[in-house]
Parts: sequence; C-alpha cells; structure tokens
Amino acid sequence: MAERIAAAFNGHGKRAALMPYLMGGYPDLESSVAIGEACAAAGADLVELGIPFSDPLADGPVIHAAATAALDAGATVEGVLGVCARLSASIPVVLMVYANVVLVDGAKRFAGRAAAAGADGLIVPDLPVDEAEELRAACDRAGIALVPLVAPNTTPERITEIGAVARGFVYTVSVAGTTGERRGVPPELADTVGRVRGGTALPVAVGFGVSTPEHARAVGGIADGVIVGTRLVRAAGEGGAEKVGEVVASLAESLR
Amino acid sequence: MSAELERRFGPYGGRYVPETLIPTLDELERGWIELREDPSFLDELHGLLRDYAGRPTPLYEAKRLSERVGNRILLKREDLMHTGAHKLNNALGQVLIARRLGKTRIIAETGAGQHGVATATACALFGIECVVYMGAEDIRRQRPNVERMGLLGATVESVEIGARTLKEAVSAAIRDWVASSETTHYVLGSAVGPAPFPVIVRDLQRVIGDEARAQVLDRWGKLPDRVIACVGGGSNAIGTFTPFLEDTDVEIVGVEAAGEGLESGRHGAPLSTGARGILHGSYSAVLQTEEGQILEAHSVSAGLDYPGSGPQLAELRDTGRVRFEAVGDDAAVSAFKEFSQLEGIIPALEPAHAIAWLLENPGAGGSLDLLTLSGRGDKDLAEVLGRG
Repeated sequence: MAERIAAAFNGHGKRAALMPYLMGGYPDLESSVAIGEACAAAGADLVELGIPFSDPLADGPVIHAAATAALDAGATVEGVLGVCARLSASIPVVLMVYANVVLVDGAKRFAGRAAAAGADGLIVPDLPVDEAEELRAACDRAGIALVPLVAPNTTPERITEIGAVARGFVYTVSVAGTTGERRGVPPELADTVGRVRGGTALPVAVGFGVSTPEHARAVGGIADGVIVGTRLVRAAGEGGAEKVGEVVASLAESLR
Repeated sequence: MSAELERRFGPYGGRYVPETLIPTLDELERGWIELREDPSFLDELHGLLRDYAGRPTPLYEAKRLSERVGNRILLKREDLMHTGAHKLNNALGQVLIARRLGKTRIIAETGAGQHGVATATACALFGIECVVYMGAEDIRRQRPNVERMGLLGATVESVEIGARTLKEAVSAAIRDWVASSETTHYVLGSAVGPAPFPVIVRDLQRVIGDEARAQVLDRWGKLPDRVIACVGGGSNAIGTFTPFLEDTDVEIVGVEAAGEGLESGRHGAPLSTGARGILHGSYSAVLQTEEGQILEAHSVSAGLDYPGSGPQLAELRDTGRVRFEAVGDDAAVSAFKEFSQLEGIIPALEPAHAIAWLLENPGAGGSLDLLTLSGRGDKDLAEVLGRG
C-alpha cells in the first residue's frame, strides 16, 4: 500500500530509486510477470505497470504500439491486475492507466480492484488534479496513492495546488511531449525539480525521455526517483525478460 | 456574455489531458474570454467572413425537394462558402486567435479534408506554417482535398495508426501539441476536445444559426417548425442549433451516421447508441467497449467517421432538447444522388445523411423545415461513384 512507496524511496541505497515501466500484457500476460520479476531482481525499487489503452494521448509511438499489441493479444484490465497481484508480492507496484478505463468502471470500484490486486499507487496521465477529486477520495479510502504529474510548464501556483493533494510521490515530466527516448537530459530539469520540491514534501520522481544509464545517473543526482519506460518497452519487444533485466541492471548500476 | 466559459455541460466536457497542456488551455481560455468581446478582433473576423469567405450564405428554398417531401424546406447554404463547407468559419476565427496569442505555427486534424482545407486556407491568407494530420484511409478516399491542402502550402502528415481515420488524426495532432504548444496553436475542427474548444468552436460556428434564424424570420415571418443538421463531432450542428435552443416550439434534430447499421456495430452514432466516456480530452458520448477501450467508428462519410461527439450535444440529448437519429451509408448515398438531380446541388456526404432523414421523415406534412447544407460534394465523387 502507500507506505510501501515511501519505504521504496527511503531504502534503496542508491542515488535515487529506480522505477521501470512495463506494459501489462505485452507481449502477453505471462511475459509481463517475467519482465516485472526480472526488473525486481535487477535492482528496481518499484515498478510502474501500464494497463493498455486504445488511445494513449501521453504516449509516443513505442508505448502506443505496445498497448495496441497487448490489446490485440487479449489483455484485459482483470488480466493486468492479475500481473499486478503476482508482482506486488516482491516489489511495490504503481499502476498507470488512462482515465476512461478507470471511469467506465467507476472510481470507487476501480480503486477497490486495484487495492485488492496489491497495487500501491495509481497514475492517471490524463486526469489533471482538477478532475481527480472523486478518484483521489476513492484511492484514499482504498489505501493506494494517487500520484499526480507535474510538467515543466506547470505554474508555481498550480504546483502548490498539486502538491497539496499529492500522494506517494510527484511524477515530474522531464520535457513537454509524449513518452519516448531522447538524446539528453534537458538542462532546465534541475530548476523544474527544484520548483516541484517547493510545493511538496513527498519524493519527486522524473520520467519521460530517460533512456540510458547516463541519463539515469544525471536524473538521479537531481530527483528522488528515476522512471524509465520506452527504452524498457523496446527491450521487452526485442528480447523479453532477459533483455529487460540486463537494461535494468545497467540502469541500477549507474545509480550506485 | 459572461466572464467565464463553460467547462462542463451537465456532466459532460472537462479537460482530460496531460498536465503539459493545462497552461496552454488556460491561456486559450483567457484569450477567448477577451477576444470574443474585443471590437477590433470581431471587426477583423466579420470583415473576413464577409469579404473573403462569402458570408452571409443564402437561405434557399429547395422547391423540388419540398415538393418531393411535402414540406417547405429551406437550405442554409454553407456549401457556397469559400472552400466549400462551414469549416472555414471556425478555421478563420481560430487562426486569428492564434495570431493574437502570438503563435507562429498551426496544426489541425482532418477527416473529410474540409477542415484541413479550411485551416490551410486561413494559414495561407496569413502566411503561417500549417501542418494537417490526416488518416491514411481518409487520404485515400478524399484525394482532391489532399491535393488542395498541398497547393495551399500546408504539409499533410499521413497517420498510419489504427483504422487510419479521424480519431487517429486527432490523437496525432494532440500529441504534436503536447510537445509544441508554446509556439503552436491547434485548430481543432469540431465541437469536441478539452475545454475551451467545444465553446470556441460553437461560438465561431453559431453564425450559421444566427444568420439562418434572422433570414427565416425576415422572409417567412416565423420560425421554422424543424431544424435539422448532420452530426459527426457536431460543429455544424451545434452552430446551427444554438440560436434555436430557447425557441421551445422549434423541433431540433441531429442526424448521425448509422454506417452499415446500428446493430452491425459499424457506425458513427455515439449519441444514438454510445455510453458515456472520455475521448480526446472531454467526457461525452463515446463508442467504447465495456472496458473503456475506444471503438473505431464507420461511415461512408469521412466527416462523420468518428466515435465521439461534442459534450454540449450530449447534454442536449440527455435533456431531450435535441433528438438524434441515425441514417446508414446506403440511404445517404441514395439521397446524395437524388438530391443532386432534384436541386442541381451536389451535397457533401455528411449533410446527405440529414437529407436522407428528411426524405424518410416528412412529419405531419406541410411543416417549415430548415436544413443546414454543411458542405458541397465534389470531394465525395470518387467515393460515391466507386460504390457503383
């Protein structure tokens, strides 16, 4: 539950906590479990588990294609929650899901299902704080953390507003744009993270565009957590759990 | 007008977008609150609509169609506007907004190509860079409009994801905007999307209904009994309907695309059949699975081939103020041909759905019906003739 997220950010023994992202059901549900376990074994402190959605507006082509492939392979919400239940035995799990998938189920029911599957947190990238009140209340009751996002162009007033209702950690998007591998860490990232820290006492994790051990090391010097997504989804497509494990190990090593 | 814009219509609307877009949507909302009451902006817009776009458009009594149906039928001739459809009302307005906000690049999505052409036209007029996202399937079936956009200097980006139609084109445009909104304005072409787009598009399109209402009162001395428009995302519909919403004696009908039939699941009629859901940033009527995955729409008309609809129309459905009906591909194509020969006007396939509904639903007979002919059909010739 939410306390396991705090513990993961406190007890990692590295520059920062490492949170790999994996797409639930990609390439299939069984492989997702193996990929998540490989992440845990290779030095991940938490995992972010994506529930596939047909129209993921915050994602670039690699993660979008993985979502489409997962849905084509028959992935369902129930199936991905099954992956969550198995992984959460060994590592904290934060679910990443788009708002419509939560909403058709109902905020209360979805939060309850996520909690029953052992999820520790929930990230909904298209649900800004203004629209999130009902889900936040439901997550609070269910004992899971609704993790908000902050962007580089978020105003200081809004950071304060977001910080006031944040749970678990604050997910800071490194650049304006969708998920995807990028060449370097943006020079203004330290400023962005500094502004986010001004609005919250929670850990600050950074994602979007973090793809190499060098990026991870640089981000780890600035933030409390490093989120790596597209690079690992690509690895899952290329070489499954083994390849993901190798990349996660190199990322973890860079944070030591 | 009030100093605030509606973000919700009943339960519908909202801003379900990545956080990165929130400051941009705030800026756009503040901009429109000011500009829609700014005399210099309105003078510029109205001047262009009159001298460049050809407004007001005529209200034409379609005599042979009237005889065929048994009613008196008035057509609001948006097909006679520059670029051949109502889309230019919104594109001109939004490109002017973009200039006032200091944006130097324009992006747009397009289905039938009419909104893409309208946006490319407005950008050419002001010498602004323009990128139009269009599904590869729509590029195939609306070739003439693709060529027009190229001639106008726009770049057409082919979208190869999913069913490769309007839904994916909107998604591609939003993804571009998430990364580019500091310098770029997204000219969304329908009354959908996150707030404030449904309001901006409605405000810019209500000129259709405002003119028509004044024209019918002026010439016939009374309001119409029925007002009818086709509905995809719903921009010509909400633009036509808005001035009539308070006229409680006027019956208002929106006609969606039933595609291959509502039972077939292959249609574009979310208001007639869809559940409530989130698509492209707003909560509205959406075609989706039980798990909330968005379904592909289907219609012979690229402009109606969209699984969502505007949030205000969803509210008007719930309150019962607007009735929604659906007409299939075959009936629309048949009406397209019949109407061409009855009136000497080749309609776009989108309003051909509304015409088809009217042909089948004369009502009690003798009523005064206003129908928005939202665009002309040159773009659809290959699609219609290809069906044999």
